Amino acid sequence: MQFQVPDGMTRRHFAKHLAGASAFAGTALALGRSLSASAASLKANRKSAILLWMGGGPSTIDIWDLKPGSNTGGPFKPIATTGESQICEFMPLVAQQMDKLSIIRNMSTREADHDRGRYYMHTGYVPNPNMEHPGYGSVIASQLMHDRGELDLPPFVSVGGPSEGPGFLGMAWAPFTVDSNGNVRNLEMNLPPDRLTQRMQALRLLETGFINENRGQSATEHAKVLQKTLNLMSSQQMSAFRIQTESPEILARYGDNNFGKGCLMARRLVEAGVPFIEVNLGGWDDHQNIFPSLQNTRLPMLDQGMSALVEDLTARGLLEDTAIIWMGEFGRTPRINGNTGRDHWARSWSVVVGGGGLKGGLAIGKTNEDGTAVEGPSYSSEDVMASVCKSMGISLDTSFTSNDGRPMKIANSGRLIEELS
Amino acid sequence: MIHSIPLFLVAAVFMVLSASTVKAQTEMESAGSTILEVRTIDKLVRDMWTAYDVQPSAVATDAEWCRRLYLDLIGRIPSVKELESFTDDKSKNKRGELVDRLLNDDQYTEEYSRNWTTVWTNLLIGRTGGNGNNSMISRAGMQKFLRDSFARNKPYDRMVYELVTASGHPDPDDEKFNGAVNYLIDKVNDENAAQATAATSRIFLGLQVQCTQCHNHPFNEWKQQTYWEMNAFFRQARATGGRRAEMTGASNELADQDFRGEGNNIEQADLYYELRNGLIKVAYPVFVDGTVIDPHGSVERTNRRQKLAELMLESKYLEMSMVNRTWAHFLGYGFTKPVDDLGPHNQPSHPELLGYLAEEFRKSEFDMRTLIRWIVLSEAYGLSSKIGNGNESDSPESGKPPLFSRFYLRQMDAEELYESLLVASRANAGVGNYDEQERQKNQWLQQFAQAFGTDEGDEMTSFNGTIPQVLMMFNGEMIREATGPQSGNLVNQLANNASMDAKEKINYLFLAGLARRPSRDELAMTQQLYSARQNVEHSLQDVWWVILNSNEFIFNH
Repeated sequence: MQFQVPDGMTRRHFAKHLAGASAFAGTALALGRSLSASAASLKANRKSAILLWMGGGPSTIDIWDLKPGSNTGGPFKPIATTGESQICEFMPLVAQQMDKLSIIRNMSTREADHDRGRYYMHTGYVPNPNMEHPGYGSVIASQLMHDRGELDLPPFVSVGGPSEGPGFLGMAWAPFTVDSNGNVRNLEMNLPPDRLTQRMQALRLLETGFINENRGQSATEHAKVLQKTLNLMSSQQMSAFRIQTESPEILARYGDNNFGKGCLMARRLVEAGVPFIEVNLGGWDDHQNIFPSLQNTRLPMLDQGMSALVEDLTARGLLEDTAIIWMGEFGRTPRINGNTGRDHWARSWSVVVGGGGLKGGLAIGKTNEDGTAVEGPSYSSEDVMASVCKSMGISLDTSFTSNDGRPMKIANSGRLIEELS
Repeated sequence: MIHSIPLFLVAAVFMVLSASTVKAQTEMESAGSTILEVRTIDKLVRDMWTAYDVQPSAVATDAEWCRRLYLDLIGRIPSVKELESFTDDKSKNKRGELVDRLLNDDQYTEEYSRNWTTVWTNLLIGRTGGNGNNSMISRAGMQKFLRDSFARNKPYDRMVYELVTASGHPDPDDEKFNGAVNYLIDKVNDENAAQATAATSRIFLGLQVQCTQCHNHPFNEWKQQTYWEMNAFFRQARATGGRRAEMTGASNELADQDFRGEGNNIEQADLYYELRNGLIKVAYPVFVDGTVIDPHGSVERTNRRQKLAELMLESKYLEMSMVNRTWAHFLGYGFTKPVDDLGPHNQPSHPELLGYLAEEFRKSEFDMRTLIRWIVLSEAYGLSSKIGNGNESDSPESGKPPLFSRFYLRQMDAEELYESLLVASRANAGVGNYDEQERQKNQWLQQFAQAFGTDEGDEMTSFNGTIPQVLMMFNGEMIREATGPQSGNLVNQLANNASMDAKEKINYLFLAGLARRPSRDELAMTQQLYSARQNVEHSLQDVWWVILNSNEFIFNH
């Protein structure tokens, strides 16, 4: 993140200049306020959620629900944790945090291709050509933004990769993507502030002229996004992206890789009051040679970053208000294929949740001996989403209106996972 | 009784003519009404205005119409010279003449083909197709095929046939190059050609069968059986190559091989699928209209993709989906939403017009330029985007069926923005040959198209209406080049032009970006900027930056 106060100016002065240029959408001047509102005061008792998204479909049978001794079990051994569950031996650091996390071992879904699985797990809906459903981030951001008017940062930040779009909720709730170093493309404005201010005033003239010609709502929408961008550019809250300001110990604890940095940034964004952050860790699509890939690259990264995040949020007293969801689009086949890989498998797999008031330490539900089926009741994407929304204080009676006027229940009417509350 | 129907229609037309739209009608006459098809389009659109009791917006100004035509037809806004030669033209039929020039004049062939190549490349292989390491697609190869097709105005049915049946090598450098294979080469191997089945049905027929891969559709007529019967047409197709081939120096290839069937009986080459209740069913190639073909799996005996293409060419969905798509391209909304769902559950807004245009398109022997000409010369395409007193209710943005009583405001595509910035700013215009230019554009576009990095080539675009887009227009490299001190850019040339006075220079910038002259307030604003800068070039930079960042610039209006 390279946001800089322009040469020879204090930040306050710069913001004042920009403020003169703002108010495109006719709202009160927004720019000064970020100076007074500190990050800590923003966060007070406000809920956030962090989605750790494992793109490609993680092999949960090798991580959270091991089947040692069965023909599907693979070579990894389970170890004890601080919770009631056992997990993979290559997750020793997360094992120490499992009293705060619960494994939902009876996930059973139907979507086993990446596109459909990603859509379904993010939205609670199966893809439908007539409807674009909003993803987790947009849903939660739109429900939680009402109590954080001081927030200049986008309400939904996706670190290190794209997320699911805002669907019918509109581009205002679209994910704002940054890389794991917190770089925001094209943020630097190499222009003296007074010149920028004058340009903004001139732009306002053109912008409102066109709006006043009454050519439709989208002309006004454009002005609103301009305003938001100006707020963002001049906001002190942008420092939340600057993970390099953390101590070397903290940086090392999270891990010197994109996922570790993303987890650290997620914590900083939670502190700044951002309602929803998604951190991406891809590379789980192991159709061949899965075990060395897990043992040597994926699991060490996951173990370090995820455990650091839980530990750090706990230490800062933030975990109670911050839900963590760990999942991918599906699990992987219990059967090990001819290339020592595992293929896509949605019928029986695991999701991990914790924080935000969700009960930790549990192993919820179970799969059969070789992991090929859920035994007893199962849970779906909708159920996980409903439980997370509830933990955020969002009413499950909330309903949206899609652009064709159809009412859409939040989390697609999923059931609460009782064990978690 | 027999007479009552025509009487009703006469009355309807009379009502329309007698309303406040008489002015619009007379002005339009000079443009398109000599063409029967255009007259019929206008009548069918007007019938809906009458039925919904809306009055159309006024006719767009010549300059507005010219800007939108350039954008929609050749993918960029007009230069000042092009704009002025049109607005200064006193000829009665100048709109028709401009359309003909952009469609048929050699001067515009390259841009026309480039624009439609862009549209169709994104449609066929997405914005990220061929950009990943894992892909067998050659994006350049796909574009070469399309460019050639559009430059020669290949009949649409021919183009579809070639895309669906193609075999050969995807890369233009290859001896057995056939660019058309790029459409299917990444879609036939995974999950038994699920993507080939879904894309071909959706793109060329407007039929959404993909949901029925796993289950009968709840609100759509297509059954799971329909999906698998369509899928059976792709079971001979095989893509070979990929990473492994790269290492051995072999090249990628799409070809057809004998399909022995999942039951291993080539004479009845079948496939099996699972119903939700666990029952297993069998499927053979059957077209969506129920036409059965020889189930033999031998390519020599029955080339399934060729059979499929032949059946597609006879299907009325072929012309309906193309007409709907083309209409949506120019008018902002198709007759159905989404534009590629023509299934019986999804009623079109203008069934009669859709049917009529489809029929005429087939009669024209699938001449894409003719179809485009009818649409852009229609009254609806020529209306202002300003909402009038009589058509506030025509609001497809809020989910209502479009009535096309005004031109719907919409943002330029990323590609249109790129080409427009090049033309308007003369920033690094004409650097490198065609391939190099396309490479540069593709690189620039990648910031907005993010692949998900899975084996299905999924993507989402983060372009429209987002903070990253505004930041790009504020500070991005292209804007910095256009509004910075680079010698040779438009601002620099204007600043150094001794034969133009200050006002003419400002006028020029407004025409270049917005196809209009500045208002009095805007002129005063530019004067203020000049007073602050005390430097002509710097103040022109400011004005140009402001114009490029305005909603009016980025919207097609």
